[in-house]
Amino acid sequence: MAITYEKIATATTSAGNTSITLSSIPSTYTDLVLIINGTNSQPSDLRMRFNSNTSSIYSTTIIYGFTSSGSSSRESNQTSFYGAFQTDRSTIITNINNYANTNTYKTALTRFNSVGNFLSVFGQLWRSTSAIDSITCYVTSGSYNAGVTFSLYGILKA
Amino acid sequence: MAISRIKTSSVLQGFPKSRSLLAGNAAFNPITNSYESIATVTVGSGGTSSVSFSSIPSTYKHLQIRWIARSSYNSAGNIISMFTRLNGSTSDYSWHYMNGDGASLSTGAATNAGSILISYLPANGYESGMFGTGVIDILDYANTNKYKTVKSIGGCDTNNTGSEKGILSYTSGNLRSLNAVSSITFACASDLSSGLTQYTTFSLYGIK
Repeated sequence: MAITYEKIATATTSAGNTSITLSSIPSTYTDLVLIINGTNSQPSDLRMRFNSNTSSIYSTTIIYGFTSSGSSSRESNQTSFYGAFQTDRSTIITNINNYANTNTYKTALTRFNSVGNFLSVFGQLWRSTSAIDSITCYVTSGSYNAGVTFSLYGILKA
Repeated sequence: MAISRIKTSSVLQGFPKSRSLLAGNAAFNPITNSYESIATVTVGSGGTSSVSFSSIPSTYKHLQIRWIARSSYNSAGNIISMFTRLNGSTSDYSWHYMNGDGASLSTGAATNAGSILISYLPANGYESGMFGTGVIDILDYANTNKYKTVKSIGGCDTNNTGSEKGILSYTSGNLRSLNAVSSITFACASDLSSGLTQYTTFSLYGIK
């Protein structure tokens, strides 16, 4: 039986890295799951792009919660997706269903958790019908500490 | 060459011979695939009134459904609620949610309901290509000693267009039935009376 949930690629940062790209993603799976774990040298946004595309076609709806409060916010017409990365250990799980479907825009669902900071969920829209063949994650402040891991998995439907 | 079994007892017995490669040992059968695809439904041209999975085997431990979907309700400004029913049951559900609409958080719940709220979809008047997405888990779905619980994370973003601009949600629901889940149906509106468009896709996976 074909493997349904399979590792596609992994990357690990060295200290000072500010951007990681997972490229040459095959279009043969149905869904992608990206798992990021590690710490940043300072609190930062973690922005995400598909296919190195810098057009203003990214938008995000956000739910977030701090120790004693929570709220929701939104970004529209951006050149990348909004995310977060902290100095405390952060885990990000991004689900991209139907990433190779050329009839629909691409939607992603990202969960972010940071010990001692906050948690959030991002609903993300990339208004392109292109299949996703690369994912770039970059921080806007400081840099990734050594040992941040990026693990990309493919899920194959029947 | 005869096959010997290496054990203390074998040594003491003077290495009894065996015609089988197993030599009296139990066969080792590794589980190589704990996450298996059960079925996928992709809606064709013209849309559908609902998406269903039936004859779900009870041989897995948990179920997961991964989806993208768009409501067939013709509106350019509304975000539409999607619901589910298990085993065709039309009663004995309860659920609660936490939503973010880009401006504020809201929470709510329902008891003695006819279905479980799952998530939110763009209506068919939004920009072509906009779909909602999500992941649904039904843990212990075949356990006949427990009521059935559904947890879901999902929603949609519409790039700040429309009178309703996208909703992100956590939902959790319960069906007060001990029966194993053998069928799952998705549609829009709490009575599942509103449909889904072409390219809507639901994929059902079993976890061992």
